[in-house]
Amino acid sequence: MSDNSDRRRFISGNEAVALAVRLARAQVISAYPITPQTIVVERLSEMVEDGSLKAEFMHVESEHSAISAAIGASAIGARTFTASSSQGLLYMTEGLHYASGGRFPIVMMNACRSVALPWSIFGDQRDSLSLLDSGWIQVYVEDAQEALDMTIQAYHIAESPEVLTPVMVNLDGFILTHTYEPVYEPRQEEVDTFLPLFKTPNKMDLDHPRSLGFSTSPGDNQEFKYQQHQAMLNAIPAIETVDNKYASQFGRRYHGLIEEYRCQEADVILVTLGSVSGTARMVVDNLRKHGQKAGLLKLRFMRPFPEEALRKALSHCRIVGVVDKDISFGYEGTVFTNVNSCLQTLPDSPKTFNFVGGLGGRNISKGDIETIFGLLFAAADKPSSKRVQFFNMRCQIHE
Amino acid sequence: MIEVRWHGRGGQGGFTAARLLGMAAALFENKYALSFPAFGPERRGAPVLGFTRIDDQKITDRSEVEQCDYVVVLDDTLVAANVWQGIKPGGQLIVNASDSSDLPVPTDINIMRFDATSLALEFLGQAITNTAMLGVLLAHSGIVGCESACRAVEMSMPVKLANKNISILKQAFQMTLEKMR
Amino acid sequence: MTNYNTNPIYPAITPFQQPHHIDDYPTGPGCPSAQLVEGHAGWRTFRPIINQEKCTACWLCYLLCPDAAIFKNNNKATINYSFCKGCGVCAKACPMNAIDMAKENENER
Repeated sequence: MSDNSDRRRFISGNEAVALAVRLARAQVISAYPITPQTIVVERLSEMVEDGSLKAEFMHVESEHSAISAAIGASAIGARTFTASSSQGLLYMTEGLHYASGGRFPIVMMNACRSVALPWSIFGDQRDSLSLLDSGWIQVYVEDAQEALDMTIQAYHIAESPEVLTPVMVNLDGFILTHTYEPVYEPRQEEVDTFLPLFKTPNKMDLDHPRSLGFSTSPGDNQEFKYQQHQAMLNAIPAIETVDNKYASQFGRRYHGLIEEYRCQEADVILVTLGSVSGTARMVVDNLRKHGQKAGLLKLRFMRPFPEEALRKALSHCRIVGVVDKDISFGYEGTVFTNVNSCLQTLPDSPKTFNFVGGLGGRNISKGDIETIFGLLFAAADKPSSKRVQFFNMRCQIHE
Repeated sequence: MIEVRWHGRGGQGGFTAARLLGMAAALFENKYALSFPAFGPERRGAPVLGFTRIDDQKITDRSEVEQCDYVVVLDDTLVAANVWQGIKPGGQLIVNASDSSDLPVPTDINIMRFDATSLALEFLGQAITNTAMLGVLLAHSGIVGCESACRAVEMSMPVKLANKNISILKQAFQMTLEKMR
Repeated sequence: MTNYNTNPIYPAITPFQQPHHIDDYPTGPGCPSAQLVEGHAGWRTFRPIINQEKCTACWLCYLLCPDAAIFKNNNKATINYSFCKGCGVCAKACPMNAIDMAKENENER
């Protein structure tokens, strides 16, 4: 482990991602600016300009072009990076399917932001969660250090031959993208040791000509989709391996697809995604100090979904709450749907409750999380507890 | 944990002050800090809110700051209810204002004034008061040392500008210490 | 704040009513036109002052103002200070240099 004393920086989540992209030696960057991602793109263009990042920076006119250019670059064997958010992310949607179906291991940073209408620049997770079926691996980070570390790890995971699937690294808009905090910047040599050069057979090469991106008839399409499904399942052990490798080299461990915080013998566990996990940690500590057996399950990856890990972590618990910074209108939050499905196979599965909030940048306070835990602890004795509810509404609603 | 709120107008360096304080604590005093702005349309003149959280251990809480230990105001025309609300009992409001200006603050709020504008015009040639007010805050609160703040300034600006800002920071710091005696 | 908003062509500033019940919200993010809840005066640090002696009523400022805060008043360009945000585009564009940007006096806002 190297001496990190001179590697400490005070930077924002966005800046941390930019540093990681430089360390990962990305070769092509194509991105279109959109709040709250713009700083990543600005820093990367500054790095290319000053020569510290030897990459081709492509100025594109839209996000649709950004992903198309990234696919093209990846298709000639370049390590590529793009970044977007909200409206921009959705504008590139057809390209996301293209990239994953074409098995191009692009890494993208998404600044999680609400989707219009109403127009909002503020954070929630509706943008990325609405794209779980796009075939991209999706990880949600909690702080700027994790953002930096995961962007580097993302290339390792994406480019693993048995995976060859693009990765979306999600940072909560503003709360993480624009917050400054201390971050260790690894040395270039260390990252070079960790991250092999990008090699893929899946590229255009004059010496070994290939046809890429062909069509299929009903006779073969399903087989390619099955392959993608398998590759995404292969990502599960790959994620664990890369986490271990990173931990042994850099000393920082993120525990793979989920992180269990004080879930041991917990009566109630709350499942969270992204930066809200940090606020929830404090509440769990406080509850535990007062003798309440609360636990936190930080979901890191939404795809591949950590089915087995979740079942194992939650099976002993009687009550599970899920925070969703999104809502599938007319039903429930998407994280809730995913959690419920995997718990269904347990012989005696916990009772689950959904708390939808933090939409359009609404603050989730420690008080809100305490209230949620209060409802969960009470739910053990109240069979009629509401299964899906919005929290911290600013007006009365019809009950 | 110490929580500081900064009020300024876009272009006055309110968020820079929040960031410099966090940087000083995190990089030069082995503490943990979070600095973040509150968000709204960005343009010159619009009110800007910055926050700094400082603690000895890692801060994982990213929710909005609700009750502050210190509130620093770079522009006295911003002083209104949203400025003096949300201060912890015993907390302190620090305002860039001359002794004669009229501030409509309730009597139960601890308020300290400092004429950073005059100092800034003298040292910097323009009314950018953020580093001066940082000096005032540090002299009053001791949350971070003056030297650490100067090193943060040094790290954040081109040399000539940094030197001017370090001078004004130290000057405001000294003047506040003397005022408090 | 002095209300300069006496010109009938300008929308009225409607005081904001916080909805108390979900039914108080409109269906979707829309509202009757000409419903503004605040002027722009709070954003200003400099205000444009038109020297009426120099003004030739060319209407360039009226056309360029991003907030449509300049209106024609008896063949003289006049500024609606409720909606002027002090961006200075008018001052920059005026071919007669008839507009000065003066520091905002908080008592006059």
